[in-house]
Amino acid sequence: MSQILPSLLIAPALSVVGLFFLLPLGFSIAGAFAGRDGPTLVHFDTAYSLYRTDLLFTLVIIGTSTVLIGLGAVAIGGYLTLGRNQTAVRLLGAMYRWPLFIPFIVAAQAMRGFIGQNGLMNTTLITLGLIPPAWAQSFLDWRGIIITFVWKQLPFAALLVAGAMAALDRSGIEAAQNLGAGRLRILVRIVLPQVARTLSVALILSFVTMMSVLSVPLMISGQSPTMLTVAMAWRITALGDYGTANALGFVACLASGLVAWTWLRRSVREKAR
Amino acid sequence: MSHLLWWLPRAVLLAAFAFFIFGPLANLVLWSVAEAWFWPNRLPSQYGFRFWERVFRPEGQAMASLWLSIWIACLTTLLCLAVSVPAAWALAKAKLRWRAAILLVFLLPQAFPNLPVSINIARLFFSFDLNGTVLGVVLVHAAHGLVYSIWIATAAFAAIEDELEMAARNIGASPFRAFCSVTLPLAAPGIAASAIFVFLESLDEFTATYFVGAPEVRTLPLLLFSAAAGGNMQIAAITALILLVPSVLFMLVVERFLRAEVLARVGH
Repeated sequence: MSQILPSLLIAPALSVVGLFFLLPLGFSIAGAFAGRDGPTLVHFDTAYSLYRTDLLFTLVIIGTSTVLIGLGAVAIGGYLTLGRNQTAVRLLGAMYRWPLFIPFIVAAQAMRGFIGQNGLMNTTLITLGLIPPAWAQSFLDWRGIIITFVWKQLPFAALLVAGAMAALDRSGIEAAQNLGAGRLRILVRIVLPQVARTLSVALILSFVTMMSVLSVPLMISGQSPTMLTVAMAWRITALGDYGTANALGFVACLASGLVAWTWLRRSVREKAR
Repeated sequence: MSHLLWWLPRAVLLAAFAFFIFGPLANLVLWSVAEAWFWPNRLPSQYGFRFWERVFRPEGQAMASLWLSIWIACLTTLLCLAVSVPAAWALAKAKLRWRAAILLVFLLPQAFPNLPVSINIARLFFSFDLNGTVLGVVLVHAAHGLVYSIWIATAAFAAIEDELEMAARNIGASPFRAFCSVTLPLAAPGIAASAIFVFLESLDEFTATYFVGAPEVRTLPLLLFSAAAGGNMQIAAITALILLVPSVLFMLVVERFLRAEVLARVGH
């Protein structure tokens, strides 16, 4: 088949992404370096002096969330694959997926009432007698953002990881079991290496998704330091300062790009092997 | 007794996990029916559906937002399908030189933080009078939804054997006829699944709408945000529950729509 007809068929879809994503992305990058007279780095200066704490804060929050999501996904996937009690496996399988398609803004609203000082979490724990009332504290700060991110992204990562684990050839696992290996050892030494690729894809997608969420930090924790997305939105809505916002955006894109690039390079090297 | 002891750690862990997953959702449900809930009351002191009535009043703002959100999501889905079905067929069946690169381009809107892009779209749309219009919001939502419709529809077309279309051609069907009566119906479940992904993505989208649509185009997520910011916990909880229903329903049925052989081909 010639290349003309397929190209024509793809053109409309490509132009939607081109016009309404790539073009504005280009403007964003150009805007970060554009000064009144020629290219400049002054926006990065402003961004660095005002928001370096926020950048660090963002990376720590998202990094911690990513690690917790990874651990949780392996734990859930591992139990679903190696668990011996069918009832418990079924219960876990039916529960963990619920937040999968729930929007971030709904997750944020649900968490806001749940983890506050007088929220449902503290109330339940106190009523059950698990903690004394004096321990009740508000988690509506950086910890709340992490809790919300993990709650929302864990099902996605766990779904991918559990799927990959279910597709594994079970003979390796059974051989190890016959040799008397414990389940934790099997999970870490046999199952995990085989699903590492899927796990890394899930974690990278979670990382870049969390990098661009505005609603969660906005609704869970308003105080400073805050996340880059809130800082960007503030520069635009309150000050109309596109230069600094674009510089911050450039840094955010760079962080996402670096993570994706490191992974791409590693996976290309793995394929070459 | 020993049986019980065996179960105890498992039950405690499962209960803690259930608390973590369903606690926040229970909190939403409680707030939506709480007519009075003040500290130090641990639970609402008065229950009722007064706020539900207020939200579902036909002339109320919430109903207007709900219909607007559904309208925008439908238009976004139609636009995505219209450009994706031909593109996905070409990506699946034609031997394209830049196939992998083209697939990657559609992933970019999900892979980069979309906030910097949204603020520049808003600036761009301002000069074309698209800011605060339904069309503007639909176009931005479509750019983000395309990755689902293109990737899943491509996988759905790729999962269909070429021989079936060939057989139709051999008994005299035109290429277009063969596509419409053989390939398209076979790919339909996958395309339907991709349509639901796009629909939900649009229904739930907040950041881009916040910059491109507000304040004229007030979708349900924007209404939820302003209710929450205004401290109106009941209205925020009810709006959140309305947005929750389609997402949870889709989570429960998604596996029926996406067959394993289609899922295995996504992104390949």
